[in-house]
Amino acid sequence: MDIQLKRGLLDVCVLAAIKNEDSYGYKMIKDMKPYIELSESTLYTILKRLEAAAMLTVYTVEHGGRLRKYYHITNMGLQRIEDFKNEWREVMSIYRFVTKEERENA
Amino acid sequence: MRKQEFLDELQMKLSGLPRKDIEERIAFYSEILDDRIEEGYAEEDAVREIGSVDEIATQIIADTPFSKIAKERIRPKRRLSVGEIMLLTLGSPIWLSLLIAAFAVMLSLYVSLWSVVISLWAVFASLAVCLIGGVSACVVFIVGSNAASGVAMLATGIVCAGLSIFMFYGCKAVTSGILMLTKKMAIWLKNCFIKKEVAK
Repeated sequence: MDIQLKRGLLDVCVLAAIKNEDSYGYKMIKDMKPYIELSESTLYTILKRLEAAAMLTVYTVEHGGRLRKYYHITNMGLQRIEDFKNEWREVMSIYRFVTKEERENA
Repeated sequence: MRKQEFLDELQMKLSGLPRKDIEERIAFYSEILDDRIEEGYAEEDAVREIGSVDEIATQIIADTPFSKIAKERIRPKRRLSVGEIMLLTLGSPIWLSLLIAAFAVMLSLYVSLWSVVISLWAVFASLAVCLIGGVSACVVFIVGSNAASGVAMLATGIVCAGLSIFMFYGCKAVTSGILMLTKKMAIWLKNCFIKKEVAK
């Protein structure tokens, strides 16, 4: 897939993983796994980028004698998800146009 | 491999990046490994699933901007003494010119690579122009009632057009090849900086 497109999609994926409740690295990978395989280093890069863009905030919680980082979505992050949904409607209608002939012939 | 071995090895491979970046990365992997183990994975399995240290380190280095690595490399680990500063100053005619020479070599390498690309595209463009020239010359000759020369001009133009099609695909291939080469050069350059750090 086109790298720029994929990067944008993965950003939204990660935001969606923390949309309903704050989450941590391993849980996010596990939650996304049925839909998309994400390596730890890719997740790290995305989290850094989203943090820099103020779409999420990070806080540390003590868990079983060690520290665990939790990620919390901001209003800007929620807005990004909504924007994505709207953009996607456009993408889907383009897709329908592109595959029109195939469906007509089927 | 045990968790601590994995983290130690990763830390070693990343030395050369800013310390804060390394610490954050290590904490991130450590947390995920702990979470996996807590869920019931055997330590070795958790480490195996996360991937090889080499692959991870290569990706991290590729993701880190060159300026960050170079800055970290150049920054002295302690304060310089007066003697060292004097030596640096006195030696500047030597090391400064060597540094400039090194940069010049890299720059000329880039320029020569890209000039190959530019000249190939220029040949392509001139072939395309020959087609236009051939057709217009043909029209001029035929209007001037010199049909034989006109046909010859047209034929030349068409031959050029044919060649330009081949040129186009050749140029495209060379351009993407050189693009890949320059990317590899950048990674190699980054690794040069980092390897020196490890050797120390």
